[in-house]
Amino acid sequence: MHDFLFQGAVFLYTLATAGFLVHVITLQKRAEKVATAFLVAGFAFHTLAVAARWVAAGHAPFLNLHESLSFLAWSIVGAYLLVQWRYTIKALGAFAAPLALTVMVASSLQPRAILPLPPALKSLWLPVHATICLAADGVFAVAFCLACMYLIQEREIKNKRLGAVFKRLPSLDTLDILNGRCLSYGFLLLTLGIVTGSLWAESAWGAYWSWDPKETWSLITWFFYAALLHQRLTVGWRGRKAAYMTILAFIVLIFTFLGVSLLIPSLHSYASRFK
Amino acid sequence: MHPGSNRPNILILGVNHKTADVGIRERLALKAHPSPLALFLNRLGKETELVFLSTCNRVEVIAATDRTDESAAVVQDLWCSETGIARDTLSSVLYVHKGDEAIRHVFRVASSLDSMVVGEPQILGQLKDAYRNACEAKTTGPILNRLLTKAFSVAKLVRTETNIAGHAVSISYAAVELARKIFGDLAGKHALLIGAGEMAELAAQHLLAAGTGKIVVANRTLSRAVELAQTLKGSAIALEELDEALVDADIVISSTGAPGLVLHKEQVQRIMRPRRHRLLFLIDIAVPRDIDPGVNDIDNVYLYDIDDLKGVVDANKTERAKEALKAERMIETEVIKFLAWMETLDVVPVIQGLQDKVEAIRLREIERTAPRLSGLTPDQMKAIDVLTRSIVQKILHDPIVHLRKHARDEDIRPLLDSACRLFGLNGAMGDEKRPAEKAGLCREKKG
Repeated sequence: MHDFLFQGAVFLYTLATAGFLVHVITLQKRAEKVATAFLVAGFAFHTLAVAARWVAAGHAPFLNLHESLSFLAWSIVGAYLLVQWRYTIKALGAFAAPLALTVMVASSLQPRAILPLPPALKSLWLPVHATICLAADGVFAVAFCLACMYLIQEREIKNKRLGAVFKRLPSLDTLDILNGRCLSYGFLLLTLGIVTGSLWAESAWGAYWSWDPKETWSLITWFFYAALLHQRLTVGWRGRKAAYMTILAFIVLIFTFLGVSLLIPSLHSYASRFK
Repeated sequence: MHPGSNRPNILILGVNHKTADVGIRERLALKAHPSPLALFLNRLGKETELVFLSTCNRVEVIAATDRTDESAAVVQDLWCSETGIARDTLSSVLYVHKGDEAIRHVFRVASSLDSMVVGEPQILGQLKDAYRNACEAKTTGPILNRLLTKAFSVAKLVRTETNIAGHAVSISYAAVELARKIFGDLAGKHALLIGAGEMAELAAQHLLAAGTGKIVVANRTLSRAVELAQTLKGSAIALEELDEALVDADIVISSTGAPGLVLHKEQVQRIMRPRRHRLLFLIDIAVPRDIDPGVNDIDNVYLYDIDDLKGVVDANKTERAKEALKAERMIETEVIKFLAWMETLDVVPVIQGLQDKVEAIRLREIERTAPRLSGLTPDQMKAIDVLTRSIVQKILHDPIVHLRKHARDEDIRPLLDSACRLFGLNGAMGDEKRPAEKAGLCREKKG
């Protein structure tokens, strides 16, 4: 059942992505509406897929790469829908939907077997910690999209090439302000994620922090975002520099999420089981 | 048009910014005359439908008449005699459109394809005013009513279906459009004018209209700055206080007459930190330039000089031209539809005459019989009314359907003649000048 729902979500996200791309090219309002409808429907399917898998497995579905990527895509779409509901940023869908779809496709390529829960992970902390961390990643992904949009728009205005792209993207200020908000919320979630992880580590292994590679890289990521936010708040860093930094921090985040799990042996071992 | 038809045709005589200079346009507008419309109608005859359009860029007589050549000559004579412009001079600047050309012209004018700045919406309002004046003076009839209301709806269609007005094509508007792409909402943004010239004032007024908040005017002579600040409801400062003002400003418009630079790169670099790197948009409309071009290299600072803005405007004009092509195609379709309607005009008076005649007979017969039906209740009277009406309608149904079906046939005349003879319709076939109006065709909304 959860597989069927998952496939349905992938299909609907594909339609939504196509719709957003049509909208950004042709500027047809109807395309945007249809795309949003597909995305919302996809999100509903996806939510049910996660819930069904949870029920089928009997534990929170964050054990392997398929599950984690799927939940990451879910949180990207969720964060996008929240931003859109609150602020209506035109053209953001054309960035966020393809990103979510890519993550979904990556997820669907992973082995999908439901694994038994290892005793060490049998804890209420699993859903709490993983949900918060992945939600932070979703929010940062939207910040990343906004930063990319900012850089494209900034280039157009700086170089005085006011073509089709200029017309389609929102104003610099709007993109920058929203980017800042996403960073703040994302940072709050990431901090909470690290704190809950640390509390869990204490209850599972008797130490809050054991310099496991995943932990180390999480801290590095946290420092990147902390530095960025600090510069924004104190020096008033904004615009291009902030956008570049957002992108860089997101790359570090991706490495923490994928690279560390796939390349370096770690206590966060969900990837090692599928090598 | 069918041979033998005496149906009125559309005629346009006029000049615009492309054909005549402003001096001639002003004279042809007959501003001194209390009612140019009456003047023309007097000479053309009451049966002519007439609209007189006079704007700063064009003067046009739009008429519907069954004697187009004659009417064109009358209008030209009148113009020459009233303005003293030589006939040859007038002919060299005047355009005369008839039939489909005239319809196309009205549609193009309404859609702003014939304007100096393609896509500027003012002309539609001016055309609506001209039409309203004509309606008030009762100089329009079925054809111009239909033509102009159609022109208005075509203009609306062009505006919604194409992006013809979607690009700013004046320097000031281009600057405002850019400011919007940098800041989003301009409400609460601070503007700083350096120099108190006319250009700066114009640009500032556009910004104010777009919603900017505070305006500060900096000028070498403080008294002039104060003067301008008062008109713009802002405040004035001396040029020496520029650095402090720059810290607060979001949009800077510079247009001094200074021979050298007024704002240097280092100066702007210096103020970025106290500004906390807030975005800064500088518009340099002075020639020679006031602001060091290197300023554009600073992060979060965007400098556009007059050439950059001209570049934006030119690019937008090209974009508009592309949209205009789309609009031309839409107009062509509407012209064809309108011509089709014109071609059905011959049968309308016959059908109307037929209906009027039969209705008159029905009413007369009811009236004649009424005294003998005095015992009937109101309900029964109503039933008789319905009965007679439906008999009459059923009898007329086939002939009317037949006429409508053949309305656009080339050889409709014999059919119309036969119908008139068979039903004894006099006057419906053009014995009078405006059969359509006589037959009550003029039912379209005015105004």
